[in-house]
Amino acid sequence: MGQVITYREAVAVGLAQEMARDPSVVMIGEDIGAAGGVFKATAGLLEKFGPERVRDTPISEQAILGAAMGAAMTGLRPVAEVMFADFVSVCHDVIANQIAKARYMTNGQVALPLVVRFGNGGGLRFGAQHSQSVESWLMAVPGLKVVVPSTPADVVGLMAAAVRDDDPVMFLEEKALYPTSGEVPEGEHVDQLGTARVRRDGADVTIVALGTMVHRALAAAEQLAAEGTDCEVVDLRSLVPLDVSTVAGSVRKTGRLFTVEENPRLCGWGAELASIVAEECFYDLDAPIRRITTPHVPLPAADSLEDAAIPSVERVASEVRSGLG
Amino acid sequence: MRPVILRPVISSATAPRARDRSPTGPAPLELRAEMYRAQVRVRYFEKEAYDLFLQNLVKGTSHLSIGQEAIAAGVAAALRPDDYVFATYRGHAHALLRGAPMAAVLGELLGRQTGLMAGKGGSMHLTYTPNNFMGSYAIVGAHLTIANGAAWSAQYRGTDQVTAVFFGDGTTNIGAFHEALNLAATWKLPVVFMCENNLYMEYTPISQVTAVPRPAADRASAYGLEPVVVDGNDADVVYQTTLEAASRARAGEGPSLVEAVTYRHGGHSRADPGKYRPDSEVAEWLAKDPLPRYRERLLHDGVESSVLDRIEAEARAEVDQAREQAKAAPVADPADVERQVFADGGATWRR
Ligand SMILES: Cc1ncc(C[n+]2csc(CCOP(=O)(O)OP(=O)(O)O)c2C)c(N)n1
Ligand SMILES: [Mg+2]
Repeated sequence: MGQVITYREAVAVGLAQEMARDPSVVMIGEDIGAAGGVFKATAGLLEKFGPERVRDTPISEQAILGAAMGAAMTGLRPVAEVMFADFVSVCHDVIANQIAKARYMTNGQVALPLVVRFGNGGGLRFGAQHSQSVESWLMAVPGLKVVVPSTPADVVGLMAAAVRDDDPVMFLEEKALYPTSGEVPEGEHVDQLGTARVRRDGADVTIVALGTMVHRALAAAEQLAAEGTDCEVVDLRSLVPLDVSTVAGSVRKTGRLFTVEENPRLCGWGAELASIVAEECFYDLDAPIRRITTPHVPLPAADSLEDAAIPSVERVASEVRSGLG
Repeated sequence: MRPVILRPVISSATAPRARDRSPTGPAPLELRAEMYRAQVRVRYFEKEAYDLFLQNLVKGTSHLSIGQEAIAAGVAAALRPDDYVFATYRGHAHALLRGAPMAAVLGELLGRQTGLMAGKGGSMHLTYTPNNFMGSYAIVGAHLTIANGAAWSAQYRGTDQVTAVFFGDGTTNIGAFHEALNLAATWKLPVVFMCENNLYMEYTPISQVTAVPRPAADRASAYGLEPVVVDGNDADVVYQTTLEAASRARAGEGPSLVEAVTYRHGGHSRADPGKYRPDSEVAEWLAKDPLPRYRERLLHDGVESSVLDRIEAEARAEVDQAREQAKAAPVADPADVERQVFADGGATWRR
């Protein structure tokens, strides 16, 4: 039996596991050390590993990610934090032009074993510049791996896998999930990147969700079960690599696909997934694929507005209901 | 508005203590002959690259260092083989002088399979990690932050490797420059920030768009650094300055920001005839061409002219051979398109 910890605590547990194992793992970011992180996700790591390995920085996202990149090119395995994922837009050059492309442009001369952690997503009433889900932005850039854990166990296991991976991994921590808890396995826990998990078996409908939306999809599935609709819920966990085979396997069984996405509508990950499923599972489908997303708007701040924007349990349930026809 | 022409000075930045500790006497004559060789190799290579454009064999864009060779030569001679070097798209010189094979550099410009990066990077992204030439970067300013990372890594690993990073005057006006300098100064990172001030960004004189007359040096004090402006057309001066800066960096005394004033003889890139520059200014700088100037000085200091003649002949032969090798090489292999996106060597994004 493992321990029950929060998603927030799991971040530090995962990082500590890897830092204890490998002295080349170092951390860099704003307020991550002495303050333990703006989200307190790195609390205790400075005390455990010292200021050489947990480095507080100025407010310089380009310098932070550039330093992570240069360090990764020269033998370290840095883990950089970009506090709110929205801030990726002030360092998108380093991520999209530099980190993502260095291996390719140099024909493999350069390896970039680094992790960038982001506080991602909405639900905290922070408004349009502190609430975005940026996974689809990152997914669109060749050369990046993109991970979004939904449980404390996945935070630990996927963090370990991300740190050990020789490619740059964008690790999106869902801000709304930081206070949630779950059990983590005893001892060292290392998961596998690029693997989805079936969180709920079902025969009638496949619902694919990511991060915070996994929990809403599961709650909606409970409601629908009471009405006699048996939903399978797939937690995608990773956008790159994308576990098409798990999704396709589920769709072949159920004949119906719904995606639940926190991102705004256009070019969300669900659009890519839907196009793949349409190409590869067309004759297995009994109904049109349906995407349940935030509308194509910036996220508003007020409770009532944000709740209306991001897919809710009720909306997931009702869209699945109406999609069943 | 005319660009401000700076009177080169060697800064008083160097602490006497550091000076005493470091081997910073004038370069021995053999090393200076090698610095001459370095400049000649770059000059001949760049001329060849230009000729190959004119024959439409080099596609895309390319940025030459003709006129700026002394900086490349002086820095290269001052660094250790295990130091890290980062350059910009104007990086042929720095790649060559860090030991990238000339035929492979030319092959990269020609899009050949034998190119330094098998044709995947092109002129603007030359990289040769076997000699710690950590790449050439085409987004203005970004690589200064990456150079910091290599220096941070050396600092963390406890080596005394130095990182040298080249950039232009125009780069001093982008945010990444300021983020990089602040972090390097705060963390005392072993970096030599080497500004190749050729007085122009692409087509606009730097003086027209910069709040201070010396684009790099006048920013130094904001980061607690000494202003250093040197004659970038004098390899001896650049060598000396770099050696001092590197020795301070190795001793844990942090970064230096050096502004080396120079001039590109041609336009910004292949497509640019450089007509926005007054004839008198171009003439003035052609008269300060670093190569003939250095040759004369070496002769005066006792190097036999036959030695310099031989250096020139050898460089000519090397370039000719590199050209023939590169031209004879197969074009880049389309099978490489989906290779080396990820560490497994491939481009697979799904399972
Ligand atoms: C961020 C960014 N903005 C603009 C450009 C286009 N650009 C390429 S080179 C250049 C001029 C750079 O001038 P400088 O730093 O002085 O270098 P030089 O070319 O003179 O060596 C510009 C504006 C770019 N590559 N990146
Ligand atoms: Mg310039």
